[in-house]
Amino acid sequence: MIEHGVLSTASGEYPESLIDTLKKLTMLDGVSGDEKPVRDFIIELIKDRADSWHVDNIGNLIAFRKGTGLGKKVMLAAHMDEVGLLITGINDNGLLKFKAVGGIETRVLVGKRVRIGKDRVPGVIGYKPIHLQDDSERKSTVKKSGLTIDIGAKDREQAEASVSVGDTAAFDYDPVEFGDQKLMAKALDNRVGCALLAELLKDRYPFDVYGCFTVQEEIGLKGAKAASYAVEPDAAIILEGTTCYDLTGTDEHMMSTRLGDGPALTVMDRSVISDRGLFRFITHTAERLGIPWQVKRTISGGTDAGRIQVSGRGVKVCTISVPCRYIHTPVSIMDKRDFFNVLKLAEGTLAGLAGWFSEDGNAGAYGFDQNQSGGESDV
Amino acid sequence: MFDTISMLVNAFGPSGRENRVAEVVTQMIKDKVDEISSDAMGNLIAVKKGSGKKIMLAAHMDEIGLIITTIDDKGFLRFGTVGGVLPLISLGQRVVFENGLTGVVWYEESIESMKDAKIDKMYIDIGAKTREQARELVEIGDMAVFEGRPVEQNGLIISKALDDRVGCAILAELARRCPATDNEIYYVFTTQEEVGLRGARTAAYAIRPDLAIAIDVTRTGDTPKSKPGAVSLGEGPAIKVKDNSVIAHPRIRERLVDCARENGIPFQFEVVDKGGTDAGSIHITAGGIPSGGVSIPTRFIHSASEIVDIKDVENAARLLEAFIKF
Repeated sequence: MIEHGVLSTASGEYPESLIDTLKKLTMLDGVSGDEKPVRDFIIELIKDRADSWHVDNIGNLIAFRKGTGLGKKVMLAAHMDEVGLLITGINDNGLLKFKAVGGIETRVLVGKRVRIGKDRVPGVIGYKPIHLQDDSERKSTVKKSGLTIDIGAKDREQAEASVSVGDTAAFDYDPVEFGDQKLMAKALDNRVGCALLAELLKDRYPFDVYGCFTVQEEIGLKGAKAASYAVEPDAAIILEGTTCYDLTGTDEHMMSTRLGDGPALTVMDRSVISDRGLFRFITHTAERLGIPWQVKRTISGGTDAGRIQVSGRGVKVCTISVPCRYIHTPVSIMDKRDFFNVLKLAEGTLAGLAGWFSEDGNAGAYGFDQNQSGGESDV
Repeated sequence: MFDTISMLVNAFGPSGRENRVAEVVTQMIKDKVDEISSDAMGNLIAVKKGSGKKIMLAAHMDEIGLIITTIDDKGFLRFGTVGGVLPLISLGQRVVFENGLTGVVWYEESIESMKDAKIDKMYIDIGAKTREQARELVEIGDMAVFEGRPVEQNGLIISKALDDRVGCAILAELARRCPATDNEIYYVFTTQEEVGLRGARTAAYAIRPDLAIAIDVTRTGDTPKSKPGAVSLGEGPAIKVKDNSVIAHPRIRERLVDCARENGIPFQFEVVDKGGTDAGSIHITAGGIPSGGVSIPTRFIHSASEIVDIKDVENAARLLEAFIKF
């Protein structure tokens, strides 16, 4: 494992067009429960790559690629939804009340531009000017109850002409490439996973692949639960954007991941303990291919892996993530090399997975000698 | 029974790393059951075939532990918790890794009050001098468990990991006795209970039993100025009425009570509002499975020195033996 800042450049190996696709994906709005714009874009992207695809009752997009003969099912999962806001009321003065959808910190909201509903009505979350705040206001933290969205309407009637209670609102920030191979955008969590999963569907594999673009991850891993019961996979790899906190003033052990250190693998978080054999197979693949990688250090957060693992008769799972600074804000930042290295690692893993199935992945979790243990059970 | 429990508690097995416990259990029971297998979650499922009802008995193999998240340049390890580990109870404990390596848990001495001794202010000292030296012994993602060897004293057992190796011991003992019954008995040794009742969910989904009983530990209210609790050590196994994860199916609860009375087995009722057991995930799996629980009264749960009364353990085995025969 590479501990410190060893980078491999991806330039030349992968098309910049994938970054363009990612940028387009971040410019679409897909707050949990309202993922249609993202889903429609992805359908266009994958419809010629998949053998078939369908949208299930909860809104997951499930794309199927038939394998070349190995009777195994692999689920690749990336969630389409992003954190955002839900309009809950309209005040007499035309300002909109809202609730957060998914984990958004109140302090992040102040002064941010948002766009609301299908028509992407522009709005901004304003706050009392510093001149007018008294001492206690300046010292206290912002309360969500005091925040509203200003859409420039003069009263309730005018506001109701363009927005409705129940509309969702997403951050209104376009992606920017800057610095040393960095990309800043909203919703990198988890359009990075969506872009990578769509790319992986270009290939055909020995095993059947179910590319699951899931919904409602940010509010409790809901879409993945339904998708995994339908697919009943033998193994699942989850592609994610994960927390990154690597700035000065932080003790090393509190840095969840570090930007530029490569794909982040989850050993354990609040939702899952990754399958040990699959985790090891992926890390060995990284070492073999010379791809830098890191372990996500903090046991925090959860991913679709948590629901997929305990679905049906149980599924071997592992999560591979792109580290994202300032996640769940309009200005999350990733390193393009990390992004391409996740792709490279996922490709390498899928290329070798048939071999893993025949050795480690196929045996019972303990690899018991069947004769010694009394024959295979029907359970 | 003490020997069985000793072998089981001595096996390394934090959540997600239960394979050593599974190996011990397999050696104990493989000659006495018809089939034994494991699944994707690592559950060990042993079956004694029969034509009657499918009864699932579940005890979890995993114990609480620590997981290494960082190795610093001086060779000290930072860690997160696996399951419900109380920070202050961890302090000063010896911990053991799967490869036998011993470490000591201590805290950053710059903190102002012991109330600030949170897990992220603690570290494990394995006596390594550098990051490189430490990495020869341990890797990020490795887990450790409390050291706490089993002791038998005054009819009590003191040990780490009685939660829930004592349940595993009861199931293993029961499997070895081969109770005469037409029912099909599934002895299920589950995984990842301590992190959210995870293994039992997939095992129950695969087995689809007619009914299920979880065998686990429950806290007592019999120590000095303890929180109120009706259960006491030595007064019999506790028949589960309710915990935070399940309301026991009334027919199962009643049947357990009848079995206890008919066989002169002392029992208590477990009614608690905190904590859950595998019954919590089993009962809402695969269309719903009537579930109940038999719990062993246990002091100091989730410490390196949990205490049970061996009479309670033996009586729980008797109670379950009577139950599965109906």
